[in-house]
Amino acid sequence: MNIQEKQQEVIEEFAMFSDWMEKYEHIIELGKDLVLIPEDQRTDENLIKGCQSRVWLHAEKNEGGKIQFSADSDAIITKGLVALVIRILNDEKPEDIVGADLYFIKEIGLGEHLSPTRSNGLASMIKQMKLYGLAFTNKQS
Amino acid sequence: MIQDSYIEDIRKSFPILHQKIHGSPLVYFDNAATTQKPIGVIKAIEEYYTRLNANIHRGAHHLANISTERFESVREKIRAFINAQETSEIIFTSGTTDAINLVAQTWGRQNIVDGDEIVLSMLEHHSNIVPWQMLAEEKKAIIRVIPITQDGEMDLTQIDSIINAKTKFVAVNQVSNALGSINPIETIISKAHAVGSKVLIDGAQAVSHFAVNVSKLDCDFYCFSGHKLYGPTGIGVLYGKKELLEKMPPWRGGGEMIKSVSFERTTYNELPHKFEAGTPNIEGVIAMGPALDFINETGWELFSENEERLLNFVTDELEKISDLRIFGKSKNKTGVISFQIEGIHPYDLGTLLDQQGIAVRTGHHCTEPLWNFYQVPGSVRASFAVYNTLEEGEIFIKALHKSIKLLK
Repeated sequence: MNIQEKQQEVIEEFAMFSDWMEKYEHIIELGKDLVLIPEDQRTDENLIKGCQSRVWLHAEKNEGGKIQFSADSDAIITKGLVALVIRILNDEKPEDIVGADLYFIKEIGLGEHLSPTRSNGLASMIKQMKLYGLAFTNKQS
Repeated sequence: MIQDSYIEDIRKSFPILHQKIHGSPLVYFDNAATTQKPIGVIKAIEEYYTRLNANIHRGAHHLANISTERFESVREKIRAFINAQETSEIIFTSGTTDAINLVAQTWGRQNIVDGDEIVLSMLEHHSNIVPWQMLAEEKKAIIRVIPITQDGEMDLTQIDSIINAKTKFVAVNQVSNALGSINPIETIISKAHAVGSKVLIDGAQAVSHFAVNVSKLDCDFYCFSGHKLYGPTGIGVLYGKKELLEKMPPWRGGGEMIKSVSFERTTYNELPHKFEAGTPNIEGVIAMGPALDFINETGWELFSENEERLLNFVTDELEKISDLRIFGKSKNKTGVISFQIEGIHPYDLGTLLDQQGIAVRTGHHCTEPLWNFYQVPGSVRASFAVYNTLEEGEIFIKALHKSIKLLK
């Protein structure tokens, strides 16, 4: 599946929920599947400091030239949101990550989490993932 | 005994409260961040732009005269509100932060020298820390901090060594924004004056809860924001004793603050205009009038009774929740309750409460040193106002239980 298809899958998945509780229950569940950042990478350098919850993010390029992300957060809803974004962008080529339009976030009614006033670090995390993509693209060429 | 019908009547004056958020009726428990505005305030802003708009203190025309009159009448209303001696002791600023910076940059830069001590407390908001740090850095002064007890009260056991002969300035809040503790500022003011220090009281969280009397307090400076006092944003007040304000140099230069300007020599205007350079927030000041009318007409008794019963109810209910820790257990506190649940991040709780229409504050509330003291990243803070009902307290507790179930 490419980024587009994965987003479509998430949108369909979230369409099944009839109320906010089910939606957030699902987000929390998704957080449990997150590939956790290795202990030695849980450094201040890899910390994306939002105002309230903290997110650690690490990226590596595998032999196939695709990026593998790992992350963690001290807030479980943030962790679920992080897992959701990683599900879309993980195992993709750096240039595809840089160019990705993550429209699914608004589609599933989580757009408010992207607002800087929510200060949960999600917006800055997406920015950081794209920066990783850019850094790996440059290394390639 | 408080009548629910009184509160219902008050709520009718606050249009913003009657709406749904994410499908549920709004429960606004973030009043320590900003209070909502009664209809009188909203109408005053509208009236200003539809009928009164003119620049004040200058035009010879009718609108300029009326605007100036309305503007200056609010200055007098504020003088009466905090019982200052003279109207010229009331300086309009953009808010509490602006007022504190004004004092730090004028009185502070004029009087603080190498080795002087500035006393703050562990309970201060960043806005009553950073301006003094900036000043201390420039002047090589030393910041000293009044500690607190586990209950979130100022610990005065060492006060005579903290406030000492080297102390030049003391800046503390009257009520803690994060915990709601009402601080023993009377003692602090008299200790400071005994060693010849001046005192600034940050009243941002105090003025909306009880009557403040600056003459009786005898503080040298007192400041607060309009938007936490049922008034508009972008307007605040600095009260200063006249003899101090007169000796202080102006801060911002520009129109309004001058008597005459030539390239050789400029003379400054008299108080309070000396500190009010440029066109002020005219509609903000004018709309503070109806905010104060609202408070005066409602009466402090109703404010404190209503907040107290909500505080007691919510505190009792929170204490029943396992692993829940309340920060700030002062017996003397306003309608603010700050708490954390073991294993649950405040941000997660805030997000789920928001989904149920409840507005609370989560995080460090701009008081990072305080949370470092408690060794937690922050808290969930519910803060009450005169328009909040017991029923809203019940909705909040129910929503909290629902959120905890989801998060644990």
